[in-house]
Amino acid sequence: MSGVRVLVGTRKGAFVLSADGTRKSWTVEGPHFPGWEIYHVKGSPADPDRIYCSQSSGWFGQQIQCSKDGGKSWAPVGNQFAYDGDAGTHQWYDGTPHPWEFKRVWHLEPSLTDADVVYAGAEDAALFRTADGGQTWTELAGLRGHGSGPRWQPGAGGMCLHTILLDPSDPNRIFIAISAAGAFRTDDGGKTWRAINRGLRSQYIPDPEAEVGHCVHRIAMHPSRPNVLFMQKHWDVMRSDDAGDTWREVSGNLPTDFGFVIDVHAHEPETIYVVPIKSDAEHYPLEGKLRVYRSRSGGEEWEPLTNGLPQANCYVNVLRDAMAVDALDDCGVYFGTTGGQVYVSSDAGDSWSPIVRDLPAVLSVEVQTLS
Amino acid sequence: MIRVILPSHLRMHADINGEVTLPVAGVVTQRSLLDALEAQYPVLRGTVRDYATQRRRPFLRFFACQRDLSLEAPDKPLPEAVARGEQPFLIVAAIAGG
Repeated sequence: MSGVRVLVGTRKGAFVLSADGTRKSWTVEGPHFPGWEIYHVKGSPADPDRIYCSQSSGWFGQQIQCSKDGGKSWAPVGNQFAYDGDAGTHQWYDGTPHPWEFKRVWHLEPSLTDADVVYAGAEDAALFRTADGGQTWTELAGLRGHGSGPRWQPGAGGMCLHTILLDPSDPNRIFIAISAAGAFRTDDGGKTWRAINRGLRSQYIPDPEAEVGHCVHRIAMHPSRPNVLFMQKHWDVMRSDDAGDTWREVSGNLPTDFGFVIDVHAHEPETIYVVPIKSDAEHYPLEGKLRVYRSRSGGEEWEPLTNGLPQANCYVNVLRDAMAVDALDDCGVYFGTTGGQVYVSSDAGDSWSPIVRDLPAVLSVEVQTLS
Repeated sequence: MIRVILPSHLRMHADINGEVTLPVAGVVTQRSLLDALEAQYPVLRGTVRDYATQRRRPFLRFFACQRDLSLEAPDKPLPEAVARGEQPFLIVAAIAGG
């Protein structure tokens, strides 16, 4: 029978939540790596038993863990992330040059076809790649060599490379996003990159339409249409129909277009989800009501989804990597909150229930659909 | 043999129970001790010293013989009692919070 495995990264450890295809009864395993910050846990599409985990700590630095048995056991792999050559400088918060310094890995994106190949998005922003299951990591330095690197500046959460999208139709095409530099694309496997921020408008930077400097929070893609991208920017929900060459706003009737997560229905490429957050000054839902918004038209027209979600006195946040969808026939949607809840909808968002309520603050949620 | 006590997170990470005992060749210094520790437990590389700079991570401290040795030069000999294995070398995770 089919089932799902939900991989949850939290401020104080990793958790694995498992259920059969009905998604009604759940087994909770964890915490793995108790006390450590787990920024991201993600399984390999090529081998679902292979799972990679980014484990970090202000005391002990960065670790990468790997499981080869679906999360039952783990082993540390390589944790050396060295910038290629002279790392140079980027802009600090006050506009002065600041040396590039590795801090942590925010996101791990396993290859679609090879379980030993994984991409890692780092803070300070850089993209690394392993081809030996995480034992060694090499920077794809063409990204920082794009030329705009000295002008990149950290967002409030740090200068993190948080989104990595692999194009299923073209192994040489990768999309990434950095806070607060913007979105970039390579068409040659990471050797060269171009900024893809035309159409973004950010009032909080000196030139609102600058080539770089936009605080992109998350990008999502449906695998059947890799040229169509959806973006939750700091403010604004955006859409591109030409692989990021141009963007247009599709915030439409959202009550606020600030937020972090965005994702796409597994079977309906025009159905997308966001969780509106009040503002960049108040990181919680409007009016204390936790609402997922769904658009079935690829943006512009949005409907609130509230059934099963708290509609009073709710002041949690939903962070950028904390939403995912499964690929079962009735698409499941999942998200985690800074209050430690992980919610599931097994009917594409019409109704919700908590899988767990009291985990540490959730940093990331990924789902594996198991056959 | 040199005795080393690690913070609990690193003991769990390296699957260590209790104290570590290490052979250290030559003069026992912070550097030679940590080199020997990392040679015996490669998963500890990068956890006590930063990979790039090889400097002590800022929230860790080194104690021995009731002294804070954190700011000592990495090549300065450690106290004789540590070198003889009579006293442990403590790697301590600084307390944070309030």
